[in-house]
Amino acid sequence: MELGLFIVLALVAMASAIAVIIQRNPVYSALYLILTFLSLAGLYLQLQAQFIAAIQVIVYAGAIMVLFLFVIMLLDLRKEEQRAVKGGYQLLIGLLLAAILLGELGLVFGGGVLKGVPGEFSPEKVSALGNTQVVGRLLFTDFLLPFELTSVILLVAIVGAIVLAKRRLD
Amino acid sequence: MSPPFTINDLWAISPEMVLTTAAIILLILDFLLPPGRRAVVGYTGLLGIGATFAALGASAGVRAEAFSGMYLSDPFTLFFKTIFLLIAALIILISLNYLSVEGVDQGEYYALVLFATVGMMIMAASGDLLSLYIGLETMSLSIYVLAGFLRKDRRSNEAALKYLLMGAFSSGILLYGMTLLYGLSGSTNLKAISRTLAAQDLHNPALTLAMILLAAGFGFKIATVPFHMYLPDAYEGAPTSVTAFMSVGPKAAGFAVLLRVFLLAIPSLQGSWVQLFYVLSVLTMTVGNVVAIAQKNIKRMLAYSSIAHVGYLLIGLVAGSPLGISAILLYLLVYILMNVGAFAMVILLCRQGLRGDQIEDFSGLAQKSPLAAATMLIFLLSLAGIPPTGGFVAKFYVFGAAIKAGYVLLAVIAVVNTAISLFYYMRVAMVMYMREEPSPITALSPSRPLHWALAIAILGILIIGVYPGPFLGWAWVSLTGLL
Repeated sequence: MELGLFIVLALVAMASAIAVIIQRNPVYSALYLILTFLSLAGLYLQLQAQFIAAIQVIVYAGAIMVLFLFVIMLLDLRKEEQRAVKGGYQLLIGLLLAAILLGELGLVFGGGVLKGVPGEFSPEKVSALGNTQVVGRLLFTDFLLPFELTSVILLVAIVGAIVLAKRRLD
Repeated sequence: MSPPFTINDLWAISPEMVLTTAAIILLILDFLLPPGRRAVVGYTGLLGIGATFAALGASAGVRAEAFSGMYLSDPFTLFFKTIFLLIAALIILISLNYLSVEGVDQGEYYALVLFATVGMMIMAASGDLLSLYIGLETMSLSIYVLAGFLRKDRRSNEAALKYLLMGAFSSGILLYGMTLLYGLSGSTNLKAISRTLAAQDLHNPALTLAMILLAAGFGFKIATVPFHMYLPDAYEGAPTSVTAFMSVGPKAAGFAVLLRVFLLAIPSLQGSWVQLFYVLSVLTMTVGNVVAIAQKNIKRMLAYSSIAHVGYLLIGLVAGSPLGISAILLYLLVYILMNVGAFAMVILLCRQGLRGDQIEDFSGLAQKSPLAAATMLIFLLSLAGIPPTGGFVAKFYVFGAAIKAGYVLLAVIAVVNTAISLFYYMRVAMVMYMREEPSPITALSPSRPLHWALAIAILGILIIGVYPGPFLGWAWVSLTGLL
């Protein structure tokens, strides 16, 4: 049952991810990306990470993708849509390299289940403490510095967007 | 349970806090000043860098891990932070007049330079993959915006977009590598990763894959061949002062994290990554130098030359000895001075209506201004590695470290490459001294801050070239805690 669910979710995630890049219409791409995010949320649920799954749906599938769709609809993309894909040989080389990479990944992971080293937080410990509590506590203790630093990134992003987009007053 | 952080942790990150505050002050100051007085923002930025330097000095004594191992405050960090501040100061100096020449005299520019510097400082100081990545993105995001700062110039837009796309792509590769490393070691802390891997079977193919992905991700940032494709276009299109920044800032920071991750987290894999970097080094310097010969645009030529320099720098990592690593640090210091100096000369030629970025634009510079031509000549000689400049000393130690570690063939290839590079560097010198200046004669666009930057660069290169002892000693001391 669990394995079956995993396979279904993984296949949906992969198929929709491929659909994102092969769709000509950017709106369809964005919708497929939402599907990818939703199936990833399902995978997180399977890993007992309910909080991350909920965040994935609310923040990514919800907020960020709505913004994406807004931007896509604000831009007039009909011209882009009609343009044929150029550079056939580039596509060919790209596919070849991708195939090689895929083969290498197959060699690495094909040998069987990859054994990782379990970290400090085992599923039992997490469910005993509570999923959200563990994430929240880690975020404000061990990972406090990166958490606070993301505010600098956000500030840079805001300043950058204004610099590139604002109209000159003078 | 211990508290998440103490006052000592805040002391450790005080340089970053001061610099971030300075950047925010610049943003506010920009609104308060009337248009046309924006240079004041730049000078305030220099003050902020000075204050950060003071904070760096004050916190240098705090030798510890802060924020539960996220942040390392050691001599290695101190070295890199000092050179990042030097970069930021030089870039602001060369930008002050240039921005008004290009008509993009906006205060946000200086704030973004400082934010990028904060990102680089965090990268160098991070003891954890997570803070490393956050620092990297802070730096990259600021530089994407800076590259597209000439909004009305299509080439600047193209540069920003290419840099952004390749940056995002390389971040993806880097994160994949980090994820694998995390999965295999159960931790994102560099020292913890090293401890766990030491007890493991190293013939795990997934571990090798993680290492390759990390090398590729960092390879994009420092632009090793074959991850260099975006670089010439990005360098050519970006405003020249930003190109100068891109050619030294992300590279120095990239080397800081490359050394940190490969020496601190996965030294157990040294046997395999030495081979990897050997190949990358040979490819990078050869392709960089050979393609540079064909360039007519000086920014593109310097872009390929900077690729070649990354190849030389990697030799130090291949050698892997303390001598090799300290030679990398010394090389980076010299590289920053000479590369920013060369770009500052391009800025000197840039005037209203003329970008001054063709090699032809240097024609007859020796007649027009013998001092300017001599200055450029010193930068070119240093880039080529001719004594008595710093470029020679830096190459000497890097190649020497390779020979000492037994990589004689690599050193020979590097020397051959240096000879090739002489050809295109000296072509610029030839154009300056042998060609007549095309009429009508146009004036240079000198400014006092630009002269200051040139003076610092020239003096630095000559002092290191003549008397390298203390600088090499400084680089040597900076390795404590890394190896």
